[in-house]
Amino acid sequence: MSAGAPATLRVADVTKCFGAVTAVDAVSLDVRANEFLCLLGPSGCGKTTLLRMMAGFEAPDSGRVFIGDDDMTATPPHARPVNMMFQSYALFPHMSVEGNVAFGLKQEGLRGEALNARVKEALAVVELEGLGARKPHQLSGGQRQRVALARCLAKRPRVLLLDEPLAALDKHLRERTQRELTALRHRLGISFVVVTHDQDEAMAMADRVAVMDRGKILQIAPPRELYERPANRAVAAFFGDVNIWEGEVVAGNKVHCAALQIAFPVTDLLPVGSRVEAAVRPEQIAFTSIDALLTGVVSDVVYRGTASTYFVRHAGGAVIRVARQNSGPETFQRGDTVGLSWPTSAVRVLTS
Amino acid sequence: MKPKRFSWPGAALIAGLVFLYLPLVVVIVYSFNESRLVTVWTGFSTRWYGELMADSQLLRAAGVSLTVALLSATIATVLGTLAGFVLTRFGFFRGRALLVGTIAAPLVMPEVITGLSLLLVFVALEQGFAWMPGRGILTIVLAHASLTMSYVAIVVQARLAGMERDIEEAAADLGATPATVFRTITLPLIFPAVAAGWLLAFVLSLDDLVIASFVAGPQSTTLPMMVFSSIRLGVSPKINALAAILVLLTAVLLVVAARVQRGSKPAESSAG
Ligand SMILES: Nc1ncnc2c1ncn2[C@@H]1O[C@H](COP(=O)(O)OP(=O)(O)OP(=O)(O)O)[C@@H](O)[C@H]1O
Ligand SMILES: [Mg+2]
Repeated sequence: MSAGAPATLRVADVTKCFGAVTAVDAVSLDVRANEFLCLLGPSGCGKTTLLRMMAGFEAPDSGRVFIGDDDMTATPPHARPVNMMFQSYALFPHMSVEGNVAFGLKQEGLRGEALNARVKEALAVVELEGLGARKPHQLSGGQRQRVALARCLAKRPRVLLLDEPLAALDKHLRERTQRELTALRHRLGISFVVVTHDQDEAMAMADRVAVMDRGKILQIAPPRELYERPANRAVAAFFGDVNIWEGEVVAGNKVHCAALQIAFPVTDLLPVGSRVEAAVRPEQIAFTSIDALLTGVVSDVVYRGTASTYFVRHAGGAVIRVARQNSGPETFQRGDTVGLSWPTSAVRVLTS
Repeated sequence: MKPKRFSWPGAALIAGLVFLYLPLVVVIVYSFNESRLVTVWTGFSTRWYGELMADSQLLRAAGVSLTVALLSATIATVLGTLAGFVLTRFGFFRGRALLVGTIAAPLVMPEVITGLSLLLVFVALEQGFAWMPGRGILTIVLAHASLTMSYVAIVVQARLAGMERDIEEAAADLGATPATVFRTITLPLIFPAVAAGWLLAFVLSLDDLVIASFVAGPQSTTLPMMVFSSIRLGVSPKINALAAILVLLTAVLLVVAARVQRGSKPAESSAG
């Protein structure tokens, strides 16, 4: 995927209200050719509604939906060259697996040998060759999910929309399916738009992630950029653990944090006197005995397998979260006094 | 093992079953009574069945009733299914409240009123347009269909309301036009409700006396009308035989309905 690739699907300034609830609020979004885009956000933030507007199940109150170069805002779902995989899979219970996969192809007028070949091909992609004659209720959850996927893939859509495709799967199967989905994307050359509320899943699969909250897109960026350069507090908080302190910019390109009673340098150039928030990831804070930026007392330790999270209480009352690999030489106990420091590059200044 | 003890729920169940089925059992038993007096048992005989078969008037009425029931149930099923579909799947539209009212009205309206108003309409049609002169099977069919389509609509509506829309949406997403979605997805999935609705409409039509009495013409006496008028002249044991046959027919229909319902649930075992 290159940044200049043409958009296969474009949502322009789309708004959708349900009564008093604004489910999607002036959202604009490009899906590039062969891109894997994740829509990420807490429950009820409008992810499904946005996806349903792309598929044509909801008409936006305002704004437009383009697929390729065509304005498809008013086009009904059956005439759009995109396919959606439902969270519930929505398999046709009265048809066999083959019947389910063939359904969409029959609508295109495909019959006989050509139809069979395409059905076989789609079932082979999801490795369900032997199960064509079964009914959906004779399949496991993971197999049903593959049928739903095969049913969409058989249509060879330009964009595949998936609403929480992995939510119903156990951890093991979920990880395997994540890898399979990304592999499929590379093999088939179609764009994926995947809804999820699991940030790890989004990070693992996506080229870009659109973080949504209350109907708005907060930031669209590659996972790494979201993690390292979050645009605001909400995005930072959504991606893993983060320490956020309010402060004021002082001379020398430093931020003074009242809660920590220190000023520390930042990389961003900011006007003196402006109020900002500084964010530092727990894993970027180190224990140190020399040149400590500040000292505190370990108030709690949470063991997490390969790493532990230390809660360090500062004299000013602030609690700082520090993550540390458990493979290191020494460990700290509750009540230990420790010095903390972090590199200047670890500090992210958040405006708004 | 302890001896079986008296239990209230068991007794209540038996009392309930007796209450429901005793009249039917009595009718069936007496249909094999030899005596001409309906209430005196003198011995086993099938003579009343024979006499029933020889009674051309009664057979003709049975024919009328079955024809009316078949036609009206079919019309009611088509219209009721569409009405139920529209009410659950079309969201808001102009005149929706009117349609809801139209469907609820026959359910709550006294049959006498329904029958009378239908009669007035048919008479007006006859006078105004010379349509359906003298009334007959067709008027009963229309009257029954207009009543029973409400029941079908309610049954279908309940089924559709309980069915997730995503299956139909998935079909549309895969390129099926709304008509194709209805034909290939919705209809097969609600078929048990449609079939149950048809049976309900059929039985309701077969059973109706009041409305049929209003709208029937001289040549179209239905079975209930015939039975009712003949009872007023004195009960013949033939009626018992007829009732026994009707009970049997209804039982068969109920079993069929249960089969259809069960056959629709894929998770059930295929045995039986
Ligand atoms: N058909 C509808 N009628 C009324 N309100 C709706 C409808 N669909 C969605 N909403 C509301 O719009 C908002 C966004 O819903 P949406 O389903 O898009 O959220 P979501 O991000 O998919 O959430 P989740 O992660 O729980 O699936 C919610 O407040 C929801 O209650
Ligand atoms: Mg959702």
